[in-house]
Amino acid sequence: MSRSRIADHVRTIPRSGIRDFFEIVQSMKEVISLGIGEPDFVTPWHIRESAIYSLEKGRTGYTSNLGAPRLRRAIAAYVEKHFSVGYNPHDEIIVTVGVSEAIDLALRALLNPGDEVVYHEPCYVSYSPSILLAGGVPVAVATRAEDEFTLRAADLEKTITPKTRVLMLNFPTNPTGAVMPLEELKKIAAFAVKHDLVVLSDEIYSELTYDEVPHHSIAALPGMKERTVLLHGFSKAFAMTGWRIGYACGPADIIEAMMKIHQYSILCAPVMAQEAALEALERGQRSMERMREEYRLRRNLIVTSLNEAGIPCHLPKGAFYVFPDIRGTGMTSRDFALQLLEEKKVAVVPGTAFGQSGEGFVRCSYATAMDQIKIAIERISDFVKK
Amino acid sequence: MDSLIRLLRQNSATPRAELARQLGVSEAELAAKIEKLEKDGVILGYQAVINREKWDPDAVTAVIEVRVTPEREGGFDRIANRIARFEEVEGVYLMSGGHDLLVVVEGRTLREVASFVAEKLSTIDAVQSCATHFRLKTYKENGRVHTAEEAPERLAVTP
Repeated sequence: MSRSRIADHVRTIPRSGIRDFFEIVQSMKEVISLGIGEPDFVTPWHIRESAIYSLEKGRTGYTSNLGAPRLRRAIAAYVEKHFSVGYNPHDEIIVTVGVSEAIDLALRALLNPGDEVVYHEPCYVSYSPSILLAGGVPVAVATRAEDEFTLRAADLEKTITPKTRVLMLNFPTNPTGAVMPLEELKKIAAFAVKHDLVVLSDEIYSELTYDEVPHHSIAALPGMKERTVLLHGFSKAFAMTGWRIGYACGPADIIEAMMKIHQYSILCAPVMAQEAALEALERGQRSMERMREEYRLRRNLIVTSLNEAGIPCHLPKGAFYVFPDIRGTGMTSRDFALQLLEEKKVAVVPGTAFGQSGEGFVRCSYATAMDQIKIAIERISDFVKK
Repeated sequence: MDSLIRLLRQNSATPRAELARQLGVSEAELAAKIEKLEKDGVILGYQAVINREKWDPDAVTAVIEVRVTPEREGGFDRIANRIARFEEVEGVYLMSGGHDLLVVVEGRTLREVASFVAEKLSTIDAVQSCATHFRLKTYKENGRVHTAEEAPERLAVTP
């Protein structure tokens, strides 16, 4: 057999569990999907209109590598206002092609081969592969259902080795909707300081917390700004997934290193997406709040209905996912999701797609129209009754 | 309460049980809230939003700018109320700017609206002048866009 022409470190990365599932769903008709990790809203009209206007004006060229200065200034103002931490738009902010690129840049900028990255599970599907692709070693810490999947600082201590360099956080969390309480977040900050770690904090869902539960950025805690890269974007809060636009804020030396990779691989984020992002920051608050309120109502409906159907489900404080506990059915997450799909044509994502600690749970997205959610819930109730 | 009003404005036909679940309250609590809103006159009624061009394409809607001589006592209120009582009148608003009252009139035909303006509205003593504008097409009404946007395609499962 001839040797593979695909590089080992790429070949050995497993395909995403979500992608597997996606292909099964694609092959079926009339499926109601609660498996979608993006807003069902179209980008608010004023944002689209603003991008159209910029095209009409002929703004079609490259921007600065770090992103248009006007946008970086707006990001600095927004982050200061909503996260209570100030960044210099000149050298502490980089505009990227979604948070995904920012994560990749940060990991590649920080890791030497064999460096360990600690992150909490269940988590977004790309963390472990991104760490591997950057030459790092992923070290998962399981969070617990009894904590509503928030992270205990004490659990982190067990993971520390001399090789640990980076701690990755994602609150509110995809897929569990977990939001960190401030007290525990402070302990995590102290842990990062004690072990001299850099924290990558993916706060893409930070606008989406409900019932006045505040989002706290770890970057805003004392002593943390100099060791934190705050990752944020526009996809979730402003329903702009397809624009592929995000940003990172952090210490100038790390941003400079990230910029080096970005300038050679990407050059700059698309200019029309940058224009749209600027509009979102300057005038998007109202449309964001309208969408958030709609998510809140759907979350209430889906959680109440699942519990009534006998599927225990905590009321998550953020993001747009519920993570119900299906252990009572005696099925594995994957079997549950597959059978539900086959028998009732409802797509949910097995918890194991987000790491082994997701076993016993499934992710249902409520970024789906209310009437679809209602039908889906009825079918799920029927499914577990049989 | 704001969420409840917003939901009812969006679709007042939503079953109460479902409203209660969305708002995270019991059905009894919800019923009490709605009853209070009705009693306090916050909620005045529940109506269907109709696409007139589909239901009755010949019907006519006119927006009439009316200049009025205000009265020494009561200002515009008495005259506005008097106009509001005609059943052809859908809406009456006191406006800032070049005219005083904005009157929205609906009729089955152009002639019907014209005769209302000529015989009823402009003959009221306090009315100085009327400028009548007929609606040609509706694009959005009560927050509903009349030409539905096509739902964009989304991938069935995404991370």
